[in-house]
Amino acid sequence: MSDAAARLEVALRTHRAQLRQGNLLIGGAFLLAFAAALPVGGFSLARLIEGWPEILSYLGAILPEIRHDHVVEDVGKWYWGFWRYLRLMVDTVLMAYAGTMIGLVGALLLVFPASNLLGRSRVLRFACRRMLEFSRSVPELVFALIFVVAFGVGPLAGVLAIALHSAGALGKLFAEASDNLDTRPLDGITATGAGWFGVIRIGVLPQVLPNWASYTLFRFEINIRSAAVLGFVGAGGIGQELYTSIRSFAYTDVSAVLLVIVAAVTLVDLASQALRRRFLDEDVIG
Amino acid sequence: MSASADELARWDSVVPGIVRVPLRRRALGLLPGALVVLLTLWVFIHLGLDPLVIWAGLGRLGWLLGFMLPPAHGGLLGVFIWAMAETLAMALLATVFAAVLAIPFGLLCTRSTGTLAPVTFAARRLSDVVRGVDPLVWALIFVNVVGLGPFAGILALTLHNTGDLAKLYSEAIENIEKRQLDGIRASGGSPFAVMRLGALPQILPVLTSQALYYFESNTRSATIIGAVGAGGIGLLLTERIRLYRWDEVAFLILMILAAVFVIDAVSQRLRIVLIEGRKAPLVA
Repeated sequence: MSDAAARLEVALRTHRAQLRQGNLLIGGAFLLAFAAALPVGGFSLARLIEGWPEILSYLGAILPEIRHDHVVEDVGKWYWGFWRYLRLMVDTVLMAYAGTMIGLVGALLLVFPASNLLGRSRVLRFACRRMLEFSRSVPELVFALIFVVAFGVGPLAGVLAIALHSAGALGKLFAEASDNLDTRPLDGITATGAGWFGVIRIGVLPQVLPNWASYTLFRFEINIRSAAVLGFVGAGGIGQELYTSIRSFAYTDVSAVLLVIVAAVTLVDLASQALRRRFLDEDVIG
Repeated sequence: MSASADELARWDSVVPGIVRVPLRRRALGLLPGALVVLLTLWVFIHLGLDPLVIWAGLGRLGWLLGFMLPPAHGGLLGVFIWAMAETLAMALLATVFAAVLAIPFGLLCTRSTGTLAPVTFAARRLSDVVRGVDPLVWALIFVNVVGLGPFAGILALTLHNTGDLAKLYSEAIENIEKRQLDGIRASGGSPFAVMRLGALPQILPVLTSQALYYFESNTRSATIIGAVGAGGIGLLLTERIRLYRWDEVAFLILMILAAVFVIDAVSQRLRIVLIEGRKAPLVA
């Protein structure tokens, strides 16, 4: 009894000593990195205090002045460009849609050969995986910057940037879902003499489709957010408008456009979440 | 081995549609797919995605990709490394500031700490607005207000993360298991002990893990917010693209990929050490 207690005591003491040592090491490294980051990032308290009033006055300036007895007029003045913003926002959502669709096709083309279970050729598997990794690791904005040079200013560059990044992101999620699938139906279908396509069509797709549909919708939500800012580099959508209004100090326009974006993103999120729940509820077929 | 036509027909009469799906049902099954294809085509046309333009653009893309090989730093390695350091500094500082600022802000967003309902409501809406706006937008705004450079980037990332983290923290606080607090109180623990031994061990792993996750995410964001002038490697990348120095662009992209990979790996290790390593040993 006392033997066990003594052993516990010793174990706890070594555990605590190890913890303390680890804390000191990580804490020291952290403080060092933090201290180095301050000058490298050009951050100083003085600068913050100096800039603070300007930040507050800017945030105050972008809010519209709405008098309680002139609400309709003032909102009308704030949203003088409402139809234009709406049209641009719809275009932005469509850019995200087109990008997600092309990305989906790309992911579908790459994911089967990249899968551990279904990929037939090792060289092809390796190549497909590296392609997926590369396209999801490079930020959309970087693709957009390059595509604006290649395809010109406009939504095409944005759509392709979203598509390329989405193909990688979706491909990874698809591959994870297809690695976890139940292999027994596949064996059954192979046993009936079906080929590679038959196995995928009858054995794999029914198992993974609800998950994949849900991931794709989720990606669509993310892509709307990206599409809204890709205009900053000339890749189309409402971002261009936002960029212009911020750069030209059209203060209240900034908040008007931002509100349109936030409202649209929220609406699509809600709709897409409802759809996603349905897909996952219908997960089990028979 | 396959069943004879007679047999198939017999099955079809027993269970209609089991062998030969009626044409109408088959058409109905294809309908959603057809609608999606039509919608997609309409979107492409509406956005002006011209196949000829795409074809010409692909040609230009191939041409400039050719110039990317082999990637080279063009004698600017020092500048590139400094920009990368700036990017990592932005990510680290923003994460630390946001992780600290989000604690009081998160408490204001939490009902279970006894915050007044109107305060909670206002704080939550504020957090919604702040995190609803993309870091890139905040960066552009701050560049306008405090000028070009990483300082604007730090402010932008800090603001966006504070909103995000406040929400996550307040959820963590609301999900505290009350029975652990009761246990400490019942054994005669002071209010401080209840916090220190009951609440903190439940919240701290969530806080640490979220902070690490945001550091990873900030590293990615910090690489691109330079595109609007907020310093770091993104600024350099945008500049090199404008100058058509494709070999240097490729070098910078590789640097970004390497940095993101390293930061993810470090953060993964830290997560294991800081969260798994804290658990008390099991003694048989």
